[in-house]
Amino acid sequence: MHQLKISNLSSAYGKNVVLTDVSFTVQKGEVVSLVGPSGSGKSTLLRVLVGLTAPTGGSVTLQGDTINYKNKNSVNLSRDRMAIVFQQYNLFQNMDVMRNVTIAPIMIKKRGRAEVEDEARKLLEQVGLSEKLSAYPDDLSGGQQQRVAIARALALKPDLLLLDEVTSALDPELVTEVLDTIRELASGGMTMIIVSHEMGFVREISDQVIMMDEGRIVEIGSPEDIIDNPKTQRAKDFFGKILRH
Amino acid sequence: MVERILNEIPRFFEYYSAIFLLKAMATTLLMTLLGVGLGFLLGFLIVYLRQTPGMFWLPVRIIAITYVEVFRRIPFLVILYLVLFFIQAVSPNASLFTIATIGICMLSIAYTSEIIRAGFESVPRQQVEAASAMNFSRWKILRNVIVPQSWPVILPPAFAYMVSFIKDTALVSQIGVVELTFAGKVMNNRGYSALLVYGTILILYFILSYPLTRLGAHLEKRLAPIKN
Amino acid sequence: MNYTFQFGVALESLPALLKAAILTVELSFFAFWGGALIGLAGAAAKTFGGRVVRQLAQAYVVFFTNTPALLQIYLLYYGLPEVGILLPSFTCVLLGLTLNAGAYLTEIQRAGFLSVRQTEIEAAETLGMSLWLQIRFVIVPHIAKTIYPPLANMFLILILGSSMAAVFSVDELTGTAINISTETYRWLEMFTLVAGVYIVLTFIASLMLAFVGKRIFRVKARMF
Repeated sequence: MHQLKISNLSSAYGKNVVLTDVSFTVQKGEVVSLVGPSGSGKSTLLRVLVGLTAPTGGSVTLQGDTINYKNKNSVNLSRDRMAIVFQQYNLFQNMDVMRNVTIAPIMIKKRGRAEVEDEARKLLEQVGLSEKLSAYPDDLSGGQQQRVAIARALALKPDLLLLDEVTSALDPELVTEVLDTIRELASGGMTMIIVSHEMGFVREISDQVIMMDEGRIVEIGSPEDIIDNPKTQRAKDFFGKILRH
Repeated sequence: MVERILNEIPRFFEYYSAIFLLKAMATTLLMTLLGVGLGFLLGFLIVYLRQTPGMFWLPVRIIAITYVEVFRRIPFLVILYLVLFFIQAVSPNASLFTIATIGICMLSIAYTSEIIRAGFESVPRQQVEAASAMNFSRWKILRNVIVPQSWPVILPPAFAYMVSFIKDTALVSQIGVVELTFAGKVMNNRGYSALLVYGTILILYFILSYPLTRLGAHLEKRLAPIKN
Repeated sequence: MNYTFQFGVALESLPALLKAAILTVELSFFAFWGGALIGLAGAAAKTFGGRVVRQLAQAYVVFFTNTPALLQIYLLYYGLPEVGILLPSFTCVLLGLTLNAGAYLTEIQRAGFLSVRQTEIEAAETLGMSLWLQIRFVIVPHIAKTIYPPLANMFLILILGSSMAAVFSVDELTGTAINISTETYRWLEMFTLVAGVYIVLTFIASLMLAFVGKRIFRVKARMF
């Protein structure tokens, strides 16, 4: 069974069409990367999956269950099994690191405090932030905040992790630590959809690469197929421009 | 003139008149507290209703927005008279104090809801989205993410509003509620010099308002750096 | 509810109300400009004046912003005759509103003075502008743009504040509404109508102020 199956997904906002006819599947343990120019709909796709943006057509099936984004319970189901990490980390500024990571499992998933805090400590250790448990987001660097955001997402024990350009807002020297964390997650078998501009990283870590432009899928295949041997003109232009630096 | 005032002062500040004035001052203070307290509670409700998503709640949203926009564009005196006549048509035995309190609450809600709304909207949308994507309910998001971060943006204007509100309560004297301004009129009618009477009343209002103004200014200075 | 609405009577008084609206606008207009002049003097005093002048201006502002306007007018209305000064009601109310507005406008204009950035002045100087040119082309436009929104807001507040004049038998909107109601006993209808007139009045005023702001001062206004 696919972990995630997206069929003919569209999303439009008035006359503004952001996604058209997007279809692909993700298997358990697979890492799928979405690449393409800005505004191509990559982030929108992730937002649609967690119910932040409404789809206007097509279907999303998660582990065999079709999600009805107009139905609140259905949306809650999708959010229960997926977790998203944003480009701007979006940590809660009024809570310290520990609380940021534990609040959702305790308040939403209704799990026991001691158990959740234990796991949180392990997760924060995994991302290398054990000394920062009582720090507040604005005491941390961008890279550190992003790692907290990842820990926060992992604390939800998602079946599918969505990463939306998580390194794009970081200073270059902080990018590595975050990429390392993601690399570990991938080798640990986490199913992920990654939106990224880090082409080298994408090529190394992905099982599937999807190139998007103007809301549509332009090409889809293995990293070597797409990045090294793009077939469409659009893909060739895109990768040509990127790989030159 | 000065002689007249100096002659009247001893009688003016005699026991019973002093008590009368102090009781009136207490009424003013009570109305202010009720008006601002209830105002903020109900103002919060209005903001909550106003931000409820979904087509089903559209009429509620429209009513909330209309209420705020309308009541901010009518003078308080007019609101007060409207409330007075409306309530007296429905329930002729309602006390003037109750009517006045309802009137000042209706005024207050319109303004406090805007202060609260500005506070809520100052919290970056992205944090709200993150919470939403983690399945936080609207109420949980408000309680855990939005409200804690809104205080620095809400408190200074809230204090400024409280001061302005004390001044608005003066108008309820026009429907006969025995608060500070009304007490002044009574004393003036008893024959005391207007300069003495209204001068004193002004000073009493000042005593009520100025500490709040200073407190608000102090808070504004302290909260400014946190507002990031 | 034992009350039958009869709006016909109220609507008949619309012409009288509109006439009264003119008085409302007059009150607000003159109080605003009078207050603006006082405010300019006050702001100048607080920004550039010596210690005594500054403290006097500060005392004026503090007193008038921490006490109700209604009472300030009461003091003038009943107090001035006691020292021999007799003014017509309208003038008395106007004086009170002006003094009150002056205090707020002092603070607004002072904020305007303080908002001028040293960098702008330096840029103008290095471009070779004389002090007069600097004032005309850099400082004044900047201040005007900064204080326009609070000034516009103050005007709207004055329109609503002018209703206090009714307490002193001035026949502006609220006063006229009271007069007509006492004759016709249609209080609810009259006051609903008057509320409507105030809303329309402030709406038109906001539109005009927003238009002027956008065109002349290039200020973006928020209608709702």
